[in-house]
Amino acid sequence: MPACKRKGERTVFFERKPHIVSAASIVGDMEGAGPLGALFDKILQDDTWGESSWEKAESKMFEAAARMALDKTGLSTGGLHCLLGGDLLNQLITANYAARELSVPFFGLYSACATLTEALLLAGMLIEGGFLGNAACVASSHFSAAERQFRYPLEMGVTAPPTAQRTVTGAGALVLRGDAPSPCDPFQSVCVAGGTIGRVVDMGITDMSNMGAAMAPAAADTLRAHLRDSGKSLMDYDAVITGDLGKFGTKMLIELCDSEGLHIEEKHMDCGNLIFAPGQGADCGGSGCGCAPVVLGAHLLQMLEDGIWNRILFLATGALMSPVSNLQGESIPGIAHAVILERVRA
Amino acid sequence: MSMPKDKRAQIYRERVKALQPKSKASGMCVRAFFVGGLICCIGQLIRDFGEKALKLTGNDLSTFTCVVLIFLGALTTGLGIYDRIAKFAGAGTSVPITGFANSMTAPAMEYKKEGFISGLGTRLFSIAGPVLTYGVAGSVIVGLLSLIFH
Repeated sequence: MPACKRKGERTVFFERKPHIVSAASIVGDMEGAGPLGALFDKILQDDTWGESSWEKAESKMFEAAARMALDKTGLSTGGLHCLLGGDLLNQLITANYAARELSVPFFGLYSACATLTEALLLAGMLIEGGFLGNAACVASSHFSAAERQFRYPLEMGVTAPPTAQRTVTGAGALVLRGDAPSPCDPFQSVCVAGGTIGRVVDMGITDMSNMGAAMAPAAADTLRAHLRDSGKSLMDYDAVITGDLGKFGTKMLIELCDSEGLHIEEKHMDCGNLIFAPGQGADCGGSGCGCAPVVLGAHLLQMLEDGIWNRILFLATGALMSPVSNLQGESIPGIAHAVILERVRA
Repeated sequence: MSMPKDKRAQIYRERVKALQPKSKASGMCVRAFFVGGLICCIGQLIRDFGEKALKLTGNDLSTFTCVVLIFLGALTTGLGIYDRIAKFAGAGTSVPITGFANSMTAPAMEYKKEGFISGLGTRLFSIAGPVLTYGVAGSVIVGLLSLIFH
């Protein structure tokens, strides 16, 4: 009987520790003008990228990000064992149509903005289990496509409440390998060491303009479960990074954790707060499936690679409502999947 | 669990309500007042023009004013200007009839991609629909009441 890789209620640890060997990110012009602008692989000046609709443009971004990340590690689509990913649009059209073009084994996933960590955790398990030798994890979102699906047509004159976040236009891809990175891979020393599976948590928030507050309890729940299951403490992590809680969601997460004696404020960062600068018109921060992967791939992984951090807990958070459920009076359930990202070797 | 889930959720919702940043109503009201007022002034100018230059009167004059305002609302929406003014002015741009024009033109532009029948045709009233539904229903009720009591 092999040793149990599952610890506690819902945390897993990997022995093989799949390496993240490359990443690619494509973003829109507003993200490109933000504080991380110089780090992204490609910045689009035209949000349709020459396509006839935003949906098609998002799919093109998804596909291009996947190809770019594969190129960086010298993998062809033929050599890729599995693509795992998703997006925000109904029936996962972004991911599905991109996968049609890529023509690779594909699992389409939906956890709203937590899709990236869901993909990373599953890819890690599949590689650990020996079912895959490598995998690509991709997630994307597009401001204009998300606006029309979840809110109003773009030219509609409406004012956003101060808690509203801006959906990031971006696609981010990460490539994982079960064996050691080859010398030319962009990342030599970053691995996925394990993670904690999220639970759907709903505190009854119904305001679709306040998704940070709806998702914060899920992040707190997963963080708490992770520490309890793993027996680790916050001291074991150089940073605890959430996906897209934004400014107000961050405030609520810190308050929730404080009330349980977990003081994360000094170690906490949020991708939604990193991607836009004040004065860019996204004062409550960014959100969307694409937010976490582009910030992780372009910025956070490099911090691990450079040895600035040795271990971080990365929790992407997703709000699982739809406009239909919202109109029917349902509240907004949240989910957060966590992955442990570690630096290995000296 | 020290507290039942419902209680915890209720406390959380109260905290969210207490801590969340609020819209600055006073500034918004002032901006809405001036921009909305400005649109009304433009409407008055159009009306004066219709009356003095085109010699229109009564219903014709009102219709002329509405049609021109609706045209301007639709045009500025198409040029991508209306939503920018609306971000600044809030209700100041949604209450006047130009806001109605905006709420029809915006979906028309957006859903054209899904075709002229299933896209534009179906979605044209996706925002303005309730105004029409309840406007028509309301006028029927008022008409009936007036028929009965007069």
